[in-house]
Amino acid sequence: MSLALVPVDEAGVRDAVGQAAAERVALLVCGNGTKSGMLRPVQAARVLSTAGLSGISLYSPSELIIAAQAGTPLPEIEAALAEKGQQLTAEPPDLSRIFGATGKPQTIGGITATNLSGPRRVAWGAMRDHVMGIRAVTGRGEIVHSGGRVLKNVTGLDLCKLFTGSHGTLGAITEVTLKVLPAAESSGTLVLPNLSPRAAVVALSAALGSPYGVSGAAWMPAFPGFAGSVAFVRIEDFKASVAYRTEKLRGELGIPGTDILDEAASRAVWAAVRDVQPLPLTDADAVWRVSVRPSAGPNVLDSVASAGLRGFLDWGGGLVWLSGPASLESHACVEAAVRSAGGTWTLLRGPDALRAAVDVVPPEVPVLAAIGRRVKASLDPAGILNPGRMYAGI
Amino acid sequence: MIRLPDPKRDVLARRDAIVAGLRDLLPEASLISDELRLKPYETDGLSAYRQMPLAVALPETTEQVADVLRFCHRNGVRVVPRGAGTSLSGGALPMEDAVVVGLMKMNRILDIDYADRVATVQAGVTNIGITNAVAGNGFFYAPDPSSQLACMIGGNVNMNSGGAHCLKYGVTANNLLGLKIVTIEGDILDIGGAHLDAAGYDWLGLLTGSEGMLAIVTEVNVRILRAPEGARAMLAAFASNEIAGRCVDAIIASGIIPVALEFMDRPAIHACEAFAHAGYPLDAEAMLIIEVEGSVSEQDDLLDRLKAICQRFDPISLKVSQSPEESAAIWKGRKGAFGAVGRISPDYLCMDGTIPTSRLPEVLRRIGEMSDSYGLKVANIFHAGDGNLHPLIMFDANDPASFHKAEAFGADILRLCVDVGGCLTGEHGVGVEKRDLMPYQFAEHELAQQRAIKSAFDPDWLLNPSKVFPLLDAPAMAQAA
Repeated sequence: MSLALVPVDEAGVRDAVGQAAAERVALLVCGNGTKSGMLRPVQAARVLSTAGLSGISLYSPSELIIAAQAGTPLPEIEAALAEKGQQLTAEPPDLSRIFGATGKPQTIGGITATNLSGPRRVAWGAMRDHVMGIRAVTGRGEIVHSGGRVLKNVTGLDLCKLFTGSHGTLGAITEVTLKVLPAAESSGTLVLPNLSPRAAVVALSAALGSPYGVSGAAWMPAFPGFAGSVAFVRIEDFKASVAYRTEKLRGELGIPGTDILDEAASRAVWAAVRDVQPLPLTDADAVWRVSVRPSAGPNVLDSVASAGLRGFLDWGGGLVWLSGPASLESHACVEAAVRSAGGTWTLLRGPDALRAAVDVVPPEVPVLAAIGRRVKASLDPAGILNPGRMYAGI
Repeated sequence: MIRLPDPKRDVLARRDAIVAGLRDLLPEASLISDELRLKPYETDGLSAYRQMPLAVALPETTEQVADVLRFCHRNGVRVVPRGAGTSLSGGALPMEDAVVVGLMKMNRILDIDYADRVATVQAGVTNIGITNAVAGNGFFYAPDPSSQLACMIGGNVNMNSGGAHCLKYGVTANNLLGLKIVTIEGDILDIGGAHLDAAGYDWLGLLTGSEGMLAIVTEVNVRILRAPEGARAMLAAFASNEIAGRCVDAIIASGIIPVALEFMDRPAIHACEAFAHAGYPLDAEAMLIIEVEGSVSEQDDLLDRLKAICQRFDPISLKVSQSPEESAAIWKGRKGAFGAVGRISPDYLCMDGTIPTSRLPEVLRRIGEMSDSYGLKVANIFHAGDGNLHPLIMFDANDPASFHKAEAFGADILRLCVDVGGCLTGEHGVGVEKRDLMPYQFAEHELAQQRAIKSAFDPDWLLNPSKVFPLLDAPAMAQAA
């Protein structure tokens, strides 16, 4: 790839896309490119980065609303929110462990385009649930907006949901407006030791089905500082409530040896889970992210073990992180496991040849795929935005 | 009268054949074509608008829905989906040449899975029906629109319905996991499932709130949540809207996320008190109902914090509920607000804009000025936490001039909402009611883009075609497709 375009404003993005559309030149649309190894490799003659569109355009803490240009570094947004005691509810992960550190921070546009959420997703929703407004440049070179800067809005079709998680294939996001929430005063964690994945998910389901507002529920085969496998259950609230609720839940779960982590340890554990630190990983491994009904998480772990894949569970069992040999056989094994469980897979990391050869996300059934092609054509008639990123030929 | 697209003459001419064709596809009792029994379907919650449909189909299965849509598609017949018919924006208003497809016979709860916290229900199950089905196990379905006793989950999906508890629990879109839909061509599709994240495009998100224009929803997988240990409400009354608005800001800034934060202005307080005798302070200009959740001692703690915040704003009255009964009394007036306003005015329009909460005092002041200039009374009820405003404009439907004034007043309020950075509708949907205001919020090319996405699902514009978008003449509509 040769030419990199880094416009500094929305009009610049519009002009760049408009010109590419006129010339029918494919664009690799990205932010800082920290997750550019995700999904299928894109064949594009030009790179269009929105990293030059930077800065928080609106922050109104009392209205729980923040808006930022797409290229705004996520840490800058998190710092601004933390100063007012607020946070990004979906707790988006930093995947530099998986994709390698580029020396650049991920952008709010990138995290929105990939719809990546952390452990809190199980209780408080995904990135897509908190995107209240979006501005984007479509493949027609038109600036469109959807939603706005208010918390409740059903005016017209919800293109916020469509753009979020579309990996830049429908439009280049230029600005994102998010609902934010107060950060809890305190974080507490129960440690449930030495449970099998299946026993752990039963306990995590009980915890998530308790009245104590659990905001994190994960199981992993190993975690630094603990002997053997460990499940974590998080409660975030005011201090007194965290103390009350963790004790109450410990009693109700009744699992021998259950420990309670202090504040600092609790925060450290969940930052690690969010950033996928518990995943066993070698440089050559491929990485998959699987979403299934929580009770099926252990089945997925079981059925891919024979292919040499290992992993851990978040979202009470509903999110399965997997790593293992970057081969067609491994991928086929993940596909089969997810198909039998019902759910979705994403091949998050792998060599270009593997990512180009397989379905990196589940293919749509033909009728829906046809609708999808028409939706794509309506937004990007020349097919210039990240062609092939999600599906071959689209 | 709202303008509807010209009826298709060929469809009207083939009415008998179309009815006969549908009759072949459905059980005897599932097809209505006689005028007397069609009458109840001529309108919905926006009863000022009425239009008899060509026929009403009430399928009992997804397959029957597919048969009906396939038939309508082949015959070029328009379709208007309908749940309980409670739409306040005219989302289910029929068309003369359209078949209404009502989902009310599909009212079964198919599966409840407490371990995975998901329930699968048919589209015609009422909103409260879901909560009732899981309440015995301590669970609930979170979105709670005012019409929850009647409205159906399929309609909730199509309108992305909200409620009083959205600040904490989100709207319908945030509480769905999957859908079974039928396309206009009669294809049955499963969207999502029991898992949390889509890996491809977020069709679930796009379909939610699409107002019956993309597909017909026949089954819904909803998230069910464990209810908190308890909940309790408090009431705080203030000397002005400005002060109450500042108190709302202070509550949000404190880090507490109240499960509900409702705002009523003076006319709303008076109407509700006269109706419900809830003990609302009649000397107040504005009143907040604030609800918190947790154990009794957690409730005490949160209510103490909230009381301290409210006290900084010189409340006229401050009442913390001491029991579930007292909480119910505090809520009684608010929950009966529509009935209460109905008692003091023969008719009212319920508007539904959203504004940035910081603009509340200014917006209420300007609504008051409009009320004076139109000579129509208005009561304001407001989900203060999320900025969703519900002005109830009172008028007399027997006087056409009064109705037209009310409509013009409502449109002015919605334009004001957009002017201050908000939107035309927070939870009721655009329907026919706000259709012609869409160009005030969206540029023409943005509307064209949304229309093109509808066309991707429904190239012939047969599904609820007169809603959401300003009408185009036929050639322009063809171009949009």
